[in-house]
Amino acid sequence: MARKRREAPSAVVRGRLTPYLYLLPAFLVYAGFLLYPLLRAAQFSLYDWPGFGPSTFVGLGNYVDLLSDRRFLAAVTHALTLIIFYSILPLVVGLVLAAILRRGKVKGLGVFRVLIFMPQVIALVVVAVAWYQIYAPNGYLNALLSAVGLEGLTRGWLGDPTFALPAVGMVGFWLQTGLVMLLLLAGMGRIPNDQYEAARLDGAGPIREFFAITLPAVKAEITTALVLTIIAALKTFDLVYVTTGGGPGTATTVPSYEVYNRAFNLKEVGSASAVAVVLTILVFLINVVVSRIGEEKR
Amino acid sequence: MSFRPFTRRSFVLGAAGVAGAGVLSACAPGENAPTQTQKPGGTSPSAAASKDPSQLGDITLVVWDQEVRGSQNDALVALNKAFQEKYPNIKIDRKSQSFDDLKAQASLALSGNDVPDVMQVNNARADMGQFVKAGQLTDLSPFAATYGWEDRFPTSVLSKVRYSADAKTFGEGNLYGLPQTGEIVGIFYSQKKLDALGVKAPTTWDEYFAALDAALAKGEQPMVLGNVDKWPALHVFGPLQAKYVAPDEIVKLGMGNAGASWTDEPNKAAMKQFADWGSKKYFGGSPNGTDYDAAWNDFTKGTGVFLPGGSWLGTDMEAVMGEDLHFIAPPPAVDGKLATTGGTGIPFAIPAKAKQVEAAAAYIDFITTSDAMKLIAENGGFPVLDTASLAPEKGVQKEIFEAFDKVSQEGTLLPYLDYATPSFSDTAGQGLQEVLGAQRTPDEVLADFEADYKEFTG
Repeated sequence: MARKRREAPSAVVRGRLTPYLYLLPAFLVYAGFLLYPLLRAAQFSLYDWPGFGPSTFVGLGNYVDLLSDRRFLAAVTHALTLIIFYSILPLVVGLVLAAILRRGKVKGLGVFRVLIFMPQVIALVVVAVAWYQIYAPNGYLNALLSAVGLEGLTRGWLGDPTFALPAVGMVGFWLQTGLVMLLLLAGMGRIPNDQYEAARLDGAGPIREFFAITLPAVKAEITTALVLTIIAALKTFDLVYVTTGGGPGTATTVPSYEVYNRAFNLKEVGSASAVAVVLTILVFLINVVVSRIGEEKR
Repeated sequence: MSFRPFTRRSFVLGAAGVAGAGVLSACAPGENAPTQTQKPGGTSPSAAASKDPSQLGDITLVVWDQEVRGSQNDALVALNKAFQEKYPNIKIDRKSQSFDDLKAQASLALSGNDVPDVMQVNNARADMGQFVKAGQLTDLSPFAATYGWEDRFPTSVLSKVRYSADAKTFGEGNLYGLPQTGEIVGIFYSQKKLDALGVKAPTTWDEYFAALDAALAKGEQPMVLGNVDKWPALHVFGPLQAKYVAPDEIVKLGMGNAGASWTDEPNKAAMKQFADWGSKKYFGGSPNGTDYDAAWNDFTKGTGVFLPGGSWLGTDMEAVMGEDLHFIAPPPAVDGKLATTGGTGIPFAIPAKAKQVEAAAAYIDFITTSDAMKLIAENGGFPVLDTASLAPEKGVQKEIFEAFDKVSQEGTLLPYLDYATPSFSDTAGQGLQEVLGAQRTPDEVLADFEADYKEFTG
């Protein structure tokens, strides 16, 4: 059977604009639901506006106010602190866990993976409610401390100005470690076994092996993990909203919570938008830096 | 035909240009509002207010409320049924949702064109005050004259729903809503605990303080407070403030009207006393880490001697504690009269753009008559009127009804402190947590309160 001769592509298909035409529907949806709200938020941030009724144009006034706003500055500091719990600690622990799981012939590896990854699958509000019970003055954590004779350490964790933020951070640590470990495990899985065999022949121990082979090989995964977890840290909202509402005082407030609080409780939509814009820029900047560093080392 | 070559750069620039032009040409947020013909303060219906609802023809009345809790819901269901029986031409389309949900939707709903005819609107500055300022609520004064609401309600109750037309003054001026239920913050206690301590129910602040000390000396937690949500501390500080500060000063501060100050000596004394309670563990180890509902649950199980809190806790706690539970209004204020935080349930208001204003007013009248109050009480609710005569025969509800009646008739129902300014619930909630946990000093926190109050009152 004679194969049908392929016709020459029409002028329309050959046109350089054509690919963009195919992209157009998706772009319109993206623009309508993401770019437009983003630009509107940026516009709102230039107004003094309660969310209804007339508005007053104040230029960069909302941003200038943020510079001396105790609550906002505290929120940014807290978000940066949360990066330690959401990103740095999970990275360290995740690396160790992944290296162990990769090296040892652990039986039921799949089960461990599922268990450690589990927190990622649960809705954050559920996670927050569960941890709220754990941290309560007569909750599980204090019961555990008392049971092992450490009554002196018991406290209302979420009501203690010193411990409230670390308490929220530990939930983030618990959440993110599984994700980081899974990413790293995947990366480690790609390392050819003969590299390790060669290293062992040269007399390298497990620690030497880890630093000489494993770590350099998973740089890309580390960068990805850092980008993902840092975004999660800076965007934290559900956890704070459910567990502390930013309290005690301003001890656990974060920028996302400030956006919500200003827009819906204080009805300062302009100021809320300014916080949102600053947060967006902050997320972008930090991640550009992380990605750059990651790429350089590769 | 062929398209002109289209570079990636020009596409991006073009898109950016279109987007940029969009921003420039987009109208300012909320710009539509000033073009409305209404004057601030909402529309004032004409004298036609007296029209008989049965003459309005077949209409549907859209009602948005937040009475989702058992007794309140039962009462409103019964009232709606009775209303529709009386006026068969009016059909009620009721949408009920939680307080938080309704509050979150209120500003969007009221600024739209498709508004309900009757809507419960929180009477704080942050809600009703803002809506009055934006001209989104109907002034009910003409209806008050027609239906005689000013004779029906005590002045102190109506003052909680009055604003000047520009919303600068809270407590006087036009009428923007009518409440159905009452609320009072007082002190719950366990009779068994008092007997064990050998003290009587306090009638003065000195006796109350002595009872607290006696509890602490015996290793009991004197008071119970779950303040992780920030606002519960307002219900402890509010009544305590009246021990030191003259009630009319508190009313000014609480309603965000000019002429008072948070940083005077009486307020400093009150805040210092509150801070002492925190640092000396009168509320146990961690009030700021304790959940509100967990706190009163603990109280019913034997934690603490006193629970400063709102009347709304009575039913649930009585179910567990029975006759052991009692309620008193806080001891008399600095001027010797009773004064405590309290007021009204969420009032029913009529949006400025409501289509059935006449029927809406008739409905609000219907659900606040003496018969309606009786129905609310029968369903286990707490009516704002006739409380003494409708009080149950015994139990903690009787004590709550009587305390409310006494304070609202003879004393002062102090406004909730978060009524004061659009941001005061945030400022006060945060500040009281900080004082309680000794993160900041009483003077620092009062300076924050003063700054918020002064910025608003100007």
